[in-house]
Amino acid sequence: MSTKYRFTLNGQPAEVAGPPMARLLDVLRRDLGLTGSKEGCGEGECGACTVLLNHEAVCSCLVPLFQVEGASITTIEGISAGDEVSELQRVFATEGGAQCGACTPGMIVTIRALLDRHPTPTRAQVREYVSGTLCRCTGYERIFRAIEVLTDQRLAEGVASPSAKGVSGE
Amino acid sequence: MSVGYSPKTLAEAQEALGKRPVKVAGATDLLVIDHATGREHAAVLNVLGIAELQGIQVDDSGLNMGAASTFTQIRRSAGVVRHAPLLASAAATIGAAQIQNRATIGGNIANASPAGDSLPALLALNARIVIAGPRGRRVVPYDSFHTGYRTTLLEVDELIARVIVPLPSPTVQIFRKVGTRAAQAISKVVVAISGNRAGGSGLKDVRVAMGSIAAVPTRLLEVEALIQSEPLSAGLADRAAALVEKVITPIDDIRSTAEYRRHVAGQVVRRALLVLLEAPTE
Ligand SMILES: Cc1cc2nc3c(=O)[nH]c(=O)nc-3n(C[C@H](O)[C@H](O)[C@H](O)COP(=O)(O)OP(=O)(O)OC[C@H]3O[C@@H](n4cnc5c(N)ncnc54)[C@H](O)[C@@H]3O)c2cc1C
Ligand code: FES
Ligand code: FES
Repeated sequence: MSTKYRFTLNGQPAEVAGPPMARLLDVLRRDLGLTGSKEGCGEGECGACTVLLNHEAVCSCLVPLFQVEGASITTIEGISAGDEVSELQRVFATEGGAQCGACTPGMIVTIRALLDRHPTPTRAQVREYVSGTLCRCTGYERIFRAIEVLTDQRLAEGVASPSAKGVSGE
Repeated sequence: MSVGYSPKTLAEAQEALGKRPVKVAGATDLLVIDHATGREHAAVLNVLGIAELQGIQVDDSGLNMGAASTFTQIRRSAGVVRHAPLLASAAATIGAAQIQNRATIGGNIANASPAGDSLPALLALNARIVIAGPRGRRVVPYDSFHTGYRTTLLEVDELIARVIVPLPSPTVQIFRKVGTRAAQAISKVVVAISGNRAGGSGLKDVRVAMGSIAAVPTRLLEVEALIQSEPLSAGLADRAAALVEKVITPIDDIRSTAEYRRHVAGQVVRRALLVLLEAPTE
């Protein structure tokens, strides 16, 4: 039975027909043509497929389609609005937070969730959040640098409260 | 093709449960296996939408947690942090952020892996499980829930609805997980210890529970008896460690060896007791 499921995808209404246990990752990539989310392991270990489900980072390889009915999903495509890169993506570029790029979409989405919750995170918070998103290239140090550059900018500009960034709650 | 049920209430769920669907919570165990094996389910039921399986509150029954609570919700819950800090610690060690945001306590219990990290915590906290099904509700002590390797008291048409920690909970609570790395590592040994101070430097009401050392999460009754038989001391800590090594019978598997597990389990208990010996009594 192929049922229709409706949800909000990157701020727009979306509707997909498929089996209830279809993986959200496949639905995004195959049915909706959003190939920014990557498949690394297919078992929840690598975080390359990370998307935001109701504002929390989750592995889209482990989310069945029938559970996203009515939910709000943000993918890497929704974080870079159109052709404009976000502030976070810009510091990744300037600080060398991306090398081969395989982990980068998942990493950016994971860090988006972190910054929504902790606008100026500590090193320990950063380490804990990215521990489920594996990077084989950077050794993480440059990723941490990128976040710190962004955090320093924010502190300098006095933008440190979550409400200032238009986060719509849990 | 597969049928998906998404009930909003237990009453709605009970109708669908008659069709024997596979219950789906965070899918962090299920989809891994489905994808690896290509298996399909004739019918699936989303437990996350069932109102009665949601929410964490303190009520007459105790610290009352919906089975569909995720480990993120559990570790952020003020009630859990206050009354069941060892469960909050366990929740924080499960997978990484993406897993904690989806994995539920009901799924951890029903999946019944000997390495499930919340399981020794629930044993140490003397938890009760509320089971719901077509024949109504029943409450079982968590102690009796696991009947053997990956077998439980749960019938195919039943759900775990709530998990209850009776209050007042133990004032001494310690959780330690030993794995390969801090995140995403299935445990080699997990230890949960609870009890109350018994005047002077002794402990009473001691519970010592371990995971990954037997087919089911297990309490170490002899070790509990030894620990509360005399005031805490370095000597007692050594003897408790030796007894742990003697009474547990872990196995060699892909994650570790029996010998390593036995040694580490003993040392974790020894160090926990030494920490308690140093800590000021409240
Ligand atoms: C990368 C990764 C890391 C992990 N790390 C850890 C770890 O460190 N520690 C750990 O303990 N586990 C870990 N796990 C395993 C898994 O995340 C947990 O066991 C989790 O708690 C399962 O819950 P779930 O909601 O995802 O269950 P699901 O996968 O949805 O279901 C698991 C089983 O429970 C049944 N079920 C679910 N809910 C109910 C209910 N309410 N009533 C009756 N039956 C139900 C399902 O039918 C199924 O058989 C990890 C998994 C992954 C993918
Ligand atoms: S592909 Fe989803 S976590 Fe690796
Ligand atoms: S940049 Fe290559 S894996 Fe992270």
